[in-house]
Amino acid sequence: MNNDNKNQYAPNSSASGGAKGKQEYTITVYTENQIGLLNRIAIMFTRRKMNIDSFNTSPTEVDSVHRFNIVVNETEEVVRKLCRQIEKQVEVLKVYFNTNDEIVWQEMALYKVPADVIATKVKVERLLREKGARVVAIRTDYIVFETSGHREEINALTKALEPYGLIEFVRTARIAIINNSKGFHEKLKEFEALQPGEGIISNEFLNQQDKVFSM
Amino acid sequence: METLEIVKEKTTAVKEENISGSEAVMRALIAEEVDTIFGYPGGAIMPIYDALYDYDNKLKHILVRHEQGSIHAAQGYARTSGKTGVVFATSGPGATNLVTGLADAMIDSTPIVCITGQVFAHLLGTDAFQETDVINITTPVTKWNYQVTDANEILSALAKAFYIAKSGRPGPVLIDITKNAQVQKFDYKGYEKCNHIRSYRPKPFIRKKYIEQAAALINEAKKPFVIFGQGVILGDAEKEFRQFIEKAGIPSAWTVLGLSALPTDHPLNVGMLGMHGNYGPNVLTNECDVLIAIGMRFDDRVTGRLDKYAKQAKIIHLDIDPAEIDKNVQTTIPVWGDCKETLPLLTTLVNKKEHKEWLKKFNDFSKEENEIVIKKEMHPTTNEMSMAEVIDALNELTNGDAVIVSDVGQHQMVACRYTKFNQSRSNVTSGGLGTMGFGLPAAIGAKYGAPQREVVAIIGDGGFQMTIQELGTIMQFGAAVKILVLNNNFLGMVRQWQQLFNDRRYSFVDIQSPDFVAVAKAYNITGQSVNDRKNLKAALKEMLDHKGAYLLEVMVGKENNVFPMVPQGCSVAEIRLK
Repeated sequence: MNNDNKNQYAPNSSASGGAKGKQEYTITVYTENQIGLLNRIAIMFTRRKMNIDSFNTSPTEVDSVHRFNIVVNETEEVVRKLCRQIEKQVEVLKVYFNTNDEIVWQEMALYKVPADVIATKVKVERLLREKGARVVAIRTDYIVFETSGHREEINALTKALEPYGLIEFVRTARIAIINNSKGFHEKLKEFEALQPGEGIISNEFLNQQDKVFSM
Repeated sequence: METLEIVKEKTTAVKEENISGSEAVMRALIAEEVDTIFGYPGGAIMPIYDALYDYDNKLKHILVRHEQGSIHAAQGYARTSGKTGVVFATSGPGATNLVTGLADAMIDSTPIVCITGQVFAHLLGTDAFQETDVINITTPVTKWNYQVTDANEILSALAKAFYIAKSGRPGPVLIDITKNAQVQKFDYKGYEKCNHIRSYRPKPFIRKKYIEQAAALINEAKKPFVIFGQGVILGDAEKEFRQFIEKAGIPSAWTVLGLSALPTDHPLNVGMLGMHGNYGPNVLTNECDVLIAIGMRFDDRVTGRLDKYAKQAKIIHLDIDPAEIDKNVQTTIPVWGDCKETLPLLTTLVNKKEHKEWLKKFNDFSKEENEIVIKKEMHPTTNEMSMAEVIDALNELTNGDAVIVSDVGQHQMVACRYTKFNQSRSNVTSGGLGTMGFGLPAAIGAKYGAPQREVVAIIGDGGFQMTIQELGTIMQFGAAVKILVLNNNFLGMVRQWQQLFNDRRYSFVDIQSPDFVAVAKAYNITGQSVNDRKNLKAALKEMLDHKGAYLLEVMVGKENNVFPMVPQGCSVAEIRLK
């Protein structure tokens, strides 16, 4: 376990009178790529009537492994127990949960703004440049910008653009990288070993999923 | 590495054959040593039933009267035999009728593999005839499920299914096979059992450190108390469990599902935990200094009010499912692992001890409970018979050697409290889900799981009517199940609550029953009804002596209550004797 990421089996820090309040947690779930798993994970939350703030699925650095980033606003105890239940699912490899200071995260947004506003209002152009927005499409009647950052930054730009006839806005789910994660290549070796635990053999099954028992 | 080589050897050894998906299902079942299937045919599973027609001599198929009956029967089979129960059902209503049983098997950790037919793959999502989204309906109530749309996947899906259902903490698995996959031909290269899935760790790594810490706590304890559940039975660890408690001299109490893992008359068996458990085990939970929970999950019916549960005690929790640790009760030492492996490690480290004073306390409470509750129950002064005296009379005749299958309600609690058990895997009941209607079909399955044993189904008048159609299964296939209906003409447990907590407002608990003996007779099952105490023993004896199935209805007191009782929302120490 050593300097591994915080996981749900680490000693319970909240038991000794730690923070009991709700806060944002980013849950990272490493899974097999299997139809139906999305539902299996999603119902872990809905069964407990928990609101999911953000939900993203993505491939990982390992070919056959998928990853979910799920953001919830909950107490540590609730998140810890939930993560144990998620990790119990047959096709889930590993679950981590982290507070915001333990991760690097980004969200991305697209804005559709009327073309004439950009052409005539210098303020808007300056605003977009200040926020580092990037043009992704230029049409005669509108322009689409893209920006990425934390939720607050995106919200601030959205608010600033509203008076200038923002036509359409869309934001992605959060994607996050855990600060002290070493990636999943190493971890996977443990999973592919027949015996769990300390002895790590060289990872000969990686990217050779057809040789590992699976569908 | 090793397994991969084995795969190669086997695949080259077997000659390639072109077979259908349905034929592959049969070969997989044979390879998994399945001998009994409980099922019901229908349109979408017809190719599988067609293949089964040729396997009549190897696979015994029990045609139930409703799919719910098939899965409960498979549960009963799994519980007495220790093997995985197998169920066939068709798509749509066939599959949805399995849901109650899946939920029951999920919460009671019963290994079940359900194979359901599904419409042709090209019809999925078109609202085809008898199409339901079975995978999504059953996701929360299965340990794993998978839809097969190509015959090439059938063998690996079934291999995984049997492995997942039985390993680790067991549970139900459902494989949904579309009709095209059932008829599709493919090249069969032999069946390979599954023994490793990289994302699935059935047994957690045993941490020596925790074993040592747990042993140290136990060795220091003045008032240690063991509470055990079905984990001991599922882990096949009854012997290891006995060796542990006998060496450490620790009084042990059971949950409803742990019942029969330790013989009733074992000197360290101090009784039942929970809402209708024994007096001593409940009160002394809040007095012990080290509480050792083995293969149990601190259900709310066991713990009562959690914030007043064993707060004074250090808690050691042995469980194979890491998610159970700290779920309801914060542990001091978590001992992860299969108790068949962890218990012997603990046993070698604990000191040989006898906690005579502490054990005496349990006996004192037991005497008090005996005076106030049990004597009255066993020897009622009224003309009405009590459920407890029926069980007592049954004990005398079976001598504790029968398998007792109970349904859900008052009779279930009475059966668990008073039945004598000599051997493990003898108590079959719906614990976690509390499924009324479980009893009769589960008893049928239990008989197939343990054909040489006497199987007595103890059922209330309410639950019996929920799955009474399974008498037809008994009629047709001859399972020699002894059905003991304890009829109080009420939905007794709900009535008890209404009496105690709702001011006797008996809202819809007055249930009328048909003439059960006549119904049984219509199904060609012999039976009788008894409402006089003096005929009870003879009737029970006749039931047990009868070859084949038998129905005995015993009319019991209408408004008897089950005590002791921990009222909901109360601490276990606040258990009421009346």
